[in-house]
Amino acid sequence: MTKRKAGVARRVLAAAALLGATALGSAATIGQAAAQEGIYVPLFTYRTGPFAGSGIPIADGMRDYLTMLNERDGGIGGVKIVLDECETGYDTKKGLECYDAVKGKKPVVVNPWSTGITLPLIPKASVDKIPILSMAYGLSASARGDIFPWVFNPPDTYWDGLGIILRYIGQQEGGLEKLKGKKIGYIYFDGGFGKEPIPLFEQLAKDFGFDLKLYPVAPGDMQNQSSQWLSVRRDRPDFMVMYGWGAMNPTAIKEAAKINYPMEKFVSIWWPGEDDIRGTDGAKGFKMINWHGIGTDYPALKDIQKFVVDKGLSKANKDKVGELLYNRGVYNSLLIAEGIAQAQKITGKKAVDGADVRRGLENLNLDEARLKELGLAGFTGTLKLTCDNHNGHRPAFIQQWDGAKWVKITDPIEPMPDKVKPLLDAAAQDYAEKNPGWPKRSEPCDKAS
Amino acid sequence: MNILYALFVDPWVQMGQAPDLLVQTLWEGLVSGVLYALIALGFVLIFKASGVFNFAQGIMVVFSALTLVGLHEMGVPAFLALGLAVAVMFVLAVAVERVVLRPLVNQPDIILFMATFGITYVLIGLGELIFGGNPKRMIADELYLPKGAIDLKILGGFVSLQKIDIAAAVIAAVMIAALAFFFQKTRIGRALRAVADSHKAALSVGISLNQIWAIVWFTAGIVALVTGIMWGARSEVSFSLQVIALKALPVLILGGFTSVPGAIVGGLIIGIGEKLGEFYWGPLVGGGIESWLAYGIALAFLLFRPQGLFGEKIIERI
Repeated sequence: MTKRKAGVARRVLAAAALLGATALGSAATIGQAAAQEGIYVPLFTYRTGPFAGSGIPIADGMRDYLTMLNERDGGIGGVKIVLDECETGYDTKKGLECYDAVKGKKPVVVNPWSTGITLPLIPKASVDKIPILSMAYGLSASARGDIFPWVFNPPDTYWDGLGIILRYIGQQEGGLEKLKGKKIGYIYFDGGFGKEPIPLFEQLAKDFGFDLKLYPVAPGDMQNQSSQWLSVRRDRPDFMVMYGWGAMNPTAIKEAAKINYPMEKFVSIWWPGEDDIRGTDGAKGFKMINWHGIGTDYPALKDIQKFVVDKGLSKANKDKVGELLYNRGVYNSLLIAEGIAQAQKITGKKAVDGADVRRGLENLNLDEARLKELGLAGFTGTLKLTCDNHNGHRPAFIQQWDGAKWVKITDPIEPMPDKVKPLLDAAAQDYAEKNPGWPKRSEPCDKAS
Repeated sequence: MNILYALFVDPWVQMGQAPDLLVQTLWEGLVSGVLYALIALGFVLIFKASGVFNFAQGIMVVFSALTLVGLHEMGVPAFLALGLAVAVMFVLAVAVERVVLRPLVNQPDIILFMATFGITYVLIGLGELIFGGNPKRMIADELYLPKGAIDLKILGGFVSLQKIDIAAAVIAAVMIAALAFFFQKTRIGRALRAVADSHKAALSVGISLNQIWAIVWFTAGIVALVTGIMWGARSEVSFSLQVIALKALPVLILGGFTSVPGAIVGGLIIGIGEKLGEFYWGPLVGGGIESWLAYGIALAFLLFRPQGLFGEKIIERI
């Protein structure tokens, strides 16, 4: 082999290395785009790594809704939104690096998109004056606005999600009291997110007299779940509940089908998407919670297609726009945009900061009229946050996979506030006590909230 | 007393009471073990030939499978995509030999080991750049891989054998047999064994180290592709598959880094051991022991055979 050929080969691999490094470092490069003008909204996303299957559609939905507001309306209240994606890979360490990278640019809100990243950011929020929006994830107890004034987790906590699932299971059995003596299995991601509802689950098992079986799935074994499902086959739970993420969801659905577990008795929290289930033999009948619409049959979604997708400004494939997790991202950005709009309304300022948006989120009021005005009538239920209630604890419905698409099969089901609230209050108090120097709320409440 | 019963008596009672579940657990362990063995085989091949612990073997599994399904998504027919994926693994092997191994020859092993970290991150970046980070469905139907299950009504219950798992076991067995033949009976195979014994001695009889390294990396690439197809068909092709490759580490500890039979037997012991452990003893501690049990099994073996089951006992006189 000649030296020249060897040199060429070396250059080819060097170029490949450069491309690879570019891919890995793309987030950092994007992150250089500091907020010079406008309202700076960093988006913590994960388009790479083991959880990219869930992360990509959410990132696309978040980005496209805010881009649509920029393109259609010139931003919010006439001020452009400066978007800045930071790649976390669903890795807590990288998430914290993202936070450190963006906090100097005065973000008006941070969306960690990981319970693991949210938890260490909670103590920082009040110090840095940057509100955290952990939409339907994160620390359930942070719904208490009087103790966590800088954290928002609407429209439901993981505990609410569990309450809704159990109510639904109760409906199937003819009442919650009929759960006595039943066996309910819980297969979960063995990390912060999956462990979050276990204290409530154990309490509810005592209260309603059912037997709770736990099936943890280690992050490294997301695609290797045959042991857990063999245990399910042995234990024969009457119902299975799942809190999964990333590659865990499609694998669990496949394994459940493999052991012929009745899919109509398998109910998930709100995270599986179409790609997790499409094409899986035996998956028909699988159920999950949801609180928003699927598809593009809403004026705001049509505007996303018109102003973003058709103009080539979206990173999403056209056929993915309107899918479940894409619309989840849209919902997340709806909350961001409304928080900013409310902040502008309350303060009279155009260029709002984090402290203003915290107030905006606390006064968020998505009623029917407002949803219609935003082009999202019928997309989701109403949501009103207050000074004390940073979550809403809203009802959600159950949808079922019919083999090709999700079909809504129930009306919205209320969570279990009577069961959840005492535990949530205790957990919030416990958090404050276990963190010495946890500040008492000093932020005044606005009249409206 | 209850704990002792739960530890030492109850699992055996359960095995006796539900023998169909025991057989099912053994089958699941066997299939996992075969796939672990395949991954471990990739490590062993490269370690034998170059003394390098190839950290990139896991991402090679992902990258090769991603190339296959990614090309198919771009409109390339399935079997042509398979051929092209093989070609890509060949190009990768040559590139690694030229750009990484050759310039680093005679460097300490740790340098070569660190270089494989570099290869890992390059392949992650390239894979995401070309094919995107989203998980993809393995084109099992297009490759005529079987689907569905054979349900055997035996032992008072049933044992379900997924056809894809049977195919995985058969393909892995054929592949291992082919590799054994290749290494034992062909000129290149004998040359590779010579390189494994001594680089200097091999060089002195005219064996080209560079050629052998490229062949070995290519072979490891083929093993990675087969592993990726099989794991991908059981779940999906995503970057989380590279984490599963770490399951090969206890297999290597157990089987020895230089033994092909060790990789196979080690894979089976780890696969079956972790499934039995998780299923019968896992509930005692709330489950989820599978992720570390494999290491426990490997370390327990090491107490008695520090060189691994089939590793060579090295005695150096000083």
